[in-house]
Amino acid sequence: MGILDSIPHVNAVSSHRPWPRAVVTEAGWQAAIDRLVEGGLTLLGFWGEPTAVHMAMLDGGSAAIAVVTYECPAGTFPSVANRHPPALRLERTIHDLFGLVPTGADDLRPWLDHNAWGQSHPLSGRNASREVRPYQFLPAEGEALHQVAVGPVHAGIIEPGHFRFTANGEHVVRLEQRFGYTHKGIESLMQGASLEAAAKLASRTSGDSTVAYAFAFACAVEAALQIQAPRRATLLRALMAELERLANHLGDIGAICNDASFALMHAQTGILRERCLRAADVAFGHRLMMDVIMPGGVTRDIAPDGVSALRALLAELRKVFPRLIELYDNTASLQDRTVTTGIVKAEYARQFGAGGYVGRASGRDFDARRALAYMPYEALSFEVPVLQAGDVNARVWIRIREIEQSVALIEQILDQLGPGGLETALPAGTGGAAREGMALTEAFRGDVLVWLRLDGELRVERCHLRDASWFQWPLLEAAIEGNIIADFPLCNKSFNCSYSGVDL
Amino acid sequence: MRKTLLESLTHGSLTEPAPAPDGSALAELAAKVDRAAQARLGRSLAIREVDAGSCNGCELEIHALSNAFYDVERFGLRLVASPRHADVLLVTGPVTKNMREALERTYNATPDPKWVVAVGGCAIDGGIFRDSYACVGGVSETVPVDLHIKGCPPSPTDLLKGLLALLEHVGGER
Repeated sequence: MGILDSIPHVNAVSSHRPWPRAVVTEAGWQAAIDRLVEGGLTLLGFWGEPTAVHMAMLDGGSAAIAVVTYECPAGTFPSVANRHPPALRLERTIHDLFGLVPTGADDLRPWLDHNAWGQSHPLSGRNASREVRPYQFLPAEGEALHQVAVGPVHAGIIEPGHFRFTANGEHVVRLEQRFGYTHKGIESLMQGASLEAAAKLASRTSGDSTVAYAFAFACAVEAALQIQAPRRATLLRALMAELERLANHLGDIGAICNDASFALMHAQTGILRERCLRAADVAFGHRLMMDVIMPGGVTRDIAPDGVSALRALLAELRKVFPRLIELYDNTASLQDRTVTTGIVKAEYARQFGAGGYVGRASGRDFDARRALAYMPYEALSFEVPVLQAGDVNARVWIRIREIEQSVALIEQILDQLGPGGLETALPAGTGGAAREGMALTEAFRGDVLVWLRLDGELRVERCHLRDASWFQWPLLEAAIEGNIIADFPLCNKSFNCSYSGVDL
Repeated sequence: MRKTLLESLTHGSLTEPAPAPDGSALAELAAKVDRAAQARLGRSLAIREVDAGSCNGCELEIHALSNAFYDVERFGLRLVASPRHADVLLVTGPVTKNMREALERTYNATPDPKWVVAVGGCAIDGGIFRDSYACVGGVSETVPVDLHIKGCPPSPTDLLKGLLALLEHVGGER
C-alpha cells in the first residue's frame, strides 16, 4: 500500500518523479500529520513556495516515499510543528523566506532572518515587511542558573553559530541553538539558474558533502527528465561518495578524540585523511572532488593513475586503521570521556528521523544507499552498522564500521569499473511542461534530499536542498542536557552537523 | 599506543619541504606592511580564522594545514582561539549579511598591527553567491584586506604559499 492510499488527496501530480506527489486539502494535510505523530511515517522534508507548502514523508518499513502539497493562496497553512516538533525549524524557515503563516503555531520566532537582509520574506515574490522584535531565547528559571553565550565566532576553525547554554554550576540545564549566520540565499539563487550553475550551487551547500549534494542534485534532475546516467558514471559517482565518506569519518574520529585531549589519534587520522584527499586529487583532479558530478553523468573520467592511487590508499588504510581502532578501544582515559556522554535517546532518533551516525548510533536502522538502493548501490554489497547506546562512543564506532564498509565498497567499485560512457545527453527541453524530480543520497552525516522543478528550457524554477543536519541539530540540544559544559565540544564534534547545510 | 608512538619517532618525517612563497601575493603585500610592524612581530604570526558564511570547504583545507604533511606551526604560524591574540584574520565566505556585524566586531577586537587574508573565491568577490540578497560580497567590502588567496577551496599548498609570502614580508626587511 502506498503512503497516499491512507491520505485523502485531491489530485496526484503526474510530472513528479520518481515518487508520487499529491495535492491535499486540510483534511489530507492533517491526516499526513497524524501519520507523522503516531510514528507510521517519518518527515523527510518540509519546504515552501510562494503559495504552497510541501511535505516529503518516508515509510520506514517499505521505504516508500511520497510528497503532499497544501496550497495556500491565502498565505496560511495548518502548522505541522505544533503537533510534530521535528518540523519546527523548517516551518520557521518557510515563514522567514515565503511569509506563509502556519496557523496554530506555538513558535514563530524568526530562524534564518536576523533582520539584516534589508527585506522580509525574500522568496515570497512581494514586498513584505515584518515586525522586528529582539530575539527571545526560551526561558529557564531557577535558583543558581546562569547563562553562557557562545558564538557566532567560535574558538576553533568551525562554522559560525550561536549556542546559548543555561547551566547550574557545570551542568547544562538547557541548550538553545541560534543559527542562520551563514545564510547565503542559495534557494533564491537557484531560481532561474541553468542546470550547470544550479549544480555548482548545490555542490556548495555544505562543502564537506559536496559529492553527496552534486550526486543528489544530478539524480533529481535525471528523475525529472526520466533519463539515466551510464553505468560507469554511476560507479564513479559512488566511488567519489565513498571517498568523501572516508575522508570525513577519518577527520571526525580524530577531531572527537582531540576534543577529549587525545592528540595522538588526531595526528594519525589526519595523516589518513590527507592521504584520501591526495588520492582523490590524483583520481579526479580536485581534493574534495567538487563539480565532477553533473546531471547526466560525470564531467571527467578517473585519471589513468587514479586506480593505482586508490588501491595504494586502500592498502595503507587496511594496514594502519586496525591499529588505530585498537588504540581507540584500549585507551581507558579516552573511553572515560566518550562512553555514556551525550546520549541521544532512541525514541528521539526515530521521531526526528535522524540520519547518519546520529540515528544509527541510537538504533535507527536507515541508510539511503540500502533503503532506496539508488544506482549503483543496488549492485554493491555492504552492511549498515547500527548500535543502541546513543552516546559519543557509539557515534565513533558507527564511523569506524562505516570506514571499513567504504573501503570494501571502493574495492568492489574498482573491480566492477568496466569501460563505458560518462554522460547521457540531456534533452534540449521538456517540450514545454514543467517537470519535477526528487532524490536522496547518503552523505557521510546522513541523507541529503534534493527536490526541484525544471521549466520547459531546463532552468531551475524551484529547488529545495535538505541537509541531514536539520533533524540532528535539535537532538544535540537534548543530548547535552545534564552533561557538563566542558563536554559540549566533544558532543558537538560527535554530531558534526553542518551549519552551512541548514542555513542555506 | 606505545607501538604507534615509537613508529612515529623512528619512521622518517612526513612533513614536506616548504613551497616557495607566492610571487603575486608578495607583490600584493609589498605596499601594505610597514617597518614598525615587521620589527615588532618578527617571523611569527598568530592567526584567527573567521568563517563569514563559507560552505565549510575552505575550513577543511585550513584544518589540513595543521596535519603532519604541512605542519604550519614550523613556520611560526599559529592558529589561535581569539581575535585578541591574533595578528592575522583569515576570513572565508561571501560575507553573509547575517555575519557582517560579527566580522566587523572580530576585526575591531584584533589588536594593531593586523592583517586580513581573504581565503577562497567567495571571499574575493562573493563568488557564486555574489548576487544574493543575503550576501555582502567580497571581504574587502566589510574590512580592509591585505592579501587574497584564490581557489575553491584553495589547497593547503596554496594557503601555505600565501601565508609564507605574508610572513616573508612581515619579517623580511629587518
